[in-house]
Amino acid sequence: MSEYRTVFGSLNHYEKGGVEVIEDNPKHYVFSNLFEVASKSKPYEKICVGKNLKYVIEAVRAEGNSPWFSASHDEAALCMDGEVEVHFVKPEQQLVPDTKEGSVKINGEPKGQKMGWVRVRRGHMALLPKGSAYQFRSPKPGVLLIQTIQGDHTVECWADICQTA
Amino acid sequence: MSTASISNLEAPALGRDLGYKAFTIGKFRFERDEYFAHILYPMGRHLMPIDAFLRALMRDVAWGFFYGTVNFDPVLGTVNHYGTVDLFMGLCNPAYRQANRAYIENFPTKDIKAVFEGMLDDWTNEGFDPFAAPDETGKPYGPKRGNNRKAVQRQRVVAKRMVGLPGDTGYRTDANGYTVNRHFLDVPQDQPEVHAEPGFESEVHAFNLFGYLSRSDVTWNPSVCSVVKDSLMCPTTEENILPIFHGNDRVEWFIQACDEIIWEIEDGSTGKPRAKVIMKAGDVAAMPADIRHKGYSPKRSMLLVWENNDNSLPEKYQRGELKPYPAEF
Ligand SMILES: [Fe+2]
Repeated sequence: MSEYRTVFGSLNHYEKGGVEVIEDNPKHYVFSNLFEVASKSKPYEKICVGKNLKYVIEAVRAEGNSPWFSASHDEAALCMDGEVEVHFVKPEQQLVPDTKEGSVKINGEPKGQKMGWVRVRRGHMALLPKGSAYQFRSPKPGVLLIQTIQGDHTVECWADICQTA
Repeated sequence: MSTASISNLEAPALGRDLGYKAFTIGKFRFERDEYFAHILYPMGRHLMPIDAFLRALMRDVAWGFFYGTVNFDPVLGTVNHYGTVDLFMGLCNPAYRQANRAYIENFPTKDIKAVFEGMLDDWTNEGFDPFAAPDETGKPYGPKRGNNRKAVQRQRVVAKRMVGLPGDTGYRTDANGYTVNRHFLDVPQDQPEVHAEPGFESEVHAFNLFGYLSRSDVTWNPSVCSVVKDSLMCPTTEENILPIFHGNDRVEWFIQACDEIIWEIEDGSTGKPRAKVIMKAGDVAAMPADIRHKGYSPKRSMLLVWENNDNSLPEKYQRGELKPYPAEF
């Protein structure tokens, strides 16, 4: 056994650090905790926890089946807690035009060829390949971190999630 | 304009001949002795402990001068202009600037890279790995003793799309020499279930990122693992102290994946202390574009450094077109 214990966070247990200001505004550090965010959000709400101009990192509470999504570009999903399946379909027709960025919700299950699926647990990263449609399935609550571009469903609520003083 | 030359002088200007080469670029001259790197420049001289100097030099070389400013210490550093590099003394140090002791020269990247690589190669003794945590490696001191080319010539991992995809950067395994680090023996090594239908093997893809990171043999070396256009996820494993003060030329984000790092934040151009940021597992924080930071990781930890690689950004921040922090609320 290792004498070192690696400390991960989870929905049920996380400790938060913080900004200790010397001479600055803590808001400039846009400091949040993704487990805290996911513990308070609704299933599959895409809460923005990181933003670098058009690029975002979203914290997502995975619980039950998500809507189907598609994007014109690659995205990446990193599982931070729980166990989540991602199912992929190659749509018969392109669902999101190349000019549109961010993930787009699709009504119902898209028609097309089944591409396969993956099951990820904590620390596993899955590719959400461009042009595919995908759905998350998570019987128990889990947490995903999505690397993507700001889209119609990205929720910015910094004042609710960040250290302000 | 610049001149780069690698000199091999029999009689160094400082100290005894210990078998190390002296290096010059422009009006800078670098020499090492048993304990120190000496830097001579037109306005004076400077020195750094050799271990700290080699660790900083290693990052600057491996990262290709990284984003923005790499401060070796409060005096010496480089600024990346992506094609050329400024080498400076006292640029980010108000006392040096006020006393007119600050000095800066600009070099084509390939010239300064050649000199830095030569210096790193010649000054790193056998048994010392500047990328390793201090507890994992030998001492850099004394007269010249062999080399550690294998360590200093490591290539930084840069995935084109995602680690593990066909034709992209590969996995770390026991078989290819990447064993699990002593601090991460309890990190699960299970792989995700991947069920790709025929023809979709290169798209239906997942891998164990935390397992991959637990096998990293270097510290403080962000490497690209997943790419969304200019959005680069650059995870890294951290232990002990970041050997430089990084002053970014754009906003950078940190996501702490496990354990804890304490960041010291100073003003990017004056070095005035601004904040401490304590990050635990699941914490997310922005590093504003006008600060510089140094991290302290008591136990080896996993940090996801998240960068925006759009190279039009430095100018926009400099002109004040973009605010130095990423969100307003
Ligand atoms: Fe940095």
